[in-house]
Amino acid sequence: MRTTTASQDFIRGIWKENPVLIQMLGLCPALAVTNSVANALAMSAATFFVICCSSILISTCKRFIPHEVRISAYILVIATFVTLADMLLQAYAPAQHKELGAFIALIVVNCMILGRQEAFSSKNTVLRSLLDAVGTGIGFTIALVMMGGFRELLGTGSFLGYSMFGPNFEPWVIMVLPAGGFLTLGFILLAMGYIEQRKKTKQSEEPVAEVSS
Amino acid sequence: MNDQTLFSIFFSALVVNNFTLALFLGLCPFMGVSARVETALRMGFANIFVLVLTSLAAWFLNTYILETAPYLRIISFIIVIASLVQIVEMAIKKLSPALFRQLGIFLPLITTNCAILGLAIFQTNRGYGFLQGLTFAIGAGLGLTLALVLMASIRESVEFSDVPGIAKGTGLVLIIAGTLSMAFMGFAGLL
Repeated sequence: MRTTTASQDFIRGIWKENPVLIQMLGLCPALAVTNSVANALAMSAATFFVICCSSILISTCKRFIPHEVRISAYILVIATFVTLADMLLQAYAPAQHKELGAFIALIVVNCMILGRQEAFSSKNTVLRSLLDAVGTGIGFTIALVMMGGFRELLGTGSFLGYSMFGPNFEPWVIMVLPAGGFLTLGFILLAMGYIEQRKKTKQSEEPVAEVSS
Repeated sequence: MNDQTLFSIFFSALVVNNFTLALFLGLCPFMGVSARVETALRMGFANIFVLVLTSLAAWFLNTYILETAPYLRIISFIIVIASLVQIVEMAIKKLSPALFRQLGIFLPLITTNCAILGLAIFQTNRGYGFLQGLTFAIGAGLGLTLALVLMASIRESVEFSDVPGIAKGTGLVLIIAGTLSMAFMGFAGLL
């Protein structure tokens, strides 16, 4: 059986196995809707709602789902909650709903959500599955808001609509265009690779640190 | 009903609003199977095939079934796509085992490709008719194939160059994709 504790289930998705930055899942929404922080937040909220609800439902019903058709059953459950999220957003945040457009419906094919159901909720208790879903949802939110922050700050010189650099700032228009999404995530990954490499060399050079520096 | 001409729909889907490089749809195969030109090409053709079938199915659903129950759209689309891919897989296996072996794991993976569901939803939102939807699907499929093959050929040449250790892997692929996307922005004035 599993050897992880409840807190590990929760923490894991936030950083160590961050769905976007480490596992490269759910890239489509992460790149497509992060041209402003507000859009990133709306998308994260919708995804968070869907992943938590489907984790609860699937871990509750796991006994009744035949093994052969489990993937179709998961997709059906996820699609139901996505429809709900779509309607809720349309009712309470019509401006964001218009901005995000088809990408709300595309939460259905976000492999991160299906991945958590298959890998975790179908084997664990309700509480553990919820913790796992909340952790993964927070990890997704962190990644999206980070990307949205960079892109909005450099692309329009503002954060959440408030101007940050004053009127003399010349915005980097490329950052809010599609190309900027690829470049932002690319540079974030390069920075993470650099930090990882530094950590490794530091560890291996620890005993002779004074000589090497 | 939308009154865009077929020509503008086709070119818009092919290059100006390229599914992968401008709308970020179908990124999983774009990252996953773009290491070799040959596999990229095969994946592209499998995608075109499923996109066309999906477009037909979505048009049928929209015209005859979903008019009275629009809230069932997402659920019915995803179910239809999943079963469509399954049927195509079985048909190809029976009719042409050689092609089936060549496509391999890529066929079932198409179900979770957001480009397919994205196509069905865009087609619905823009109110395309039968022929318009078909043109849209073919344009989008060729656009996906174009992006995949371009990416694969760049990656094949990058493989032999000396890149810094931290840039190996996904980071480099994303930056190449960003550059490609910038190049495709040049097509924006075309329409």
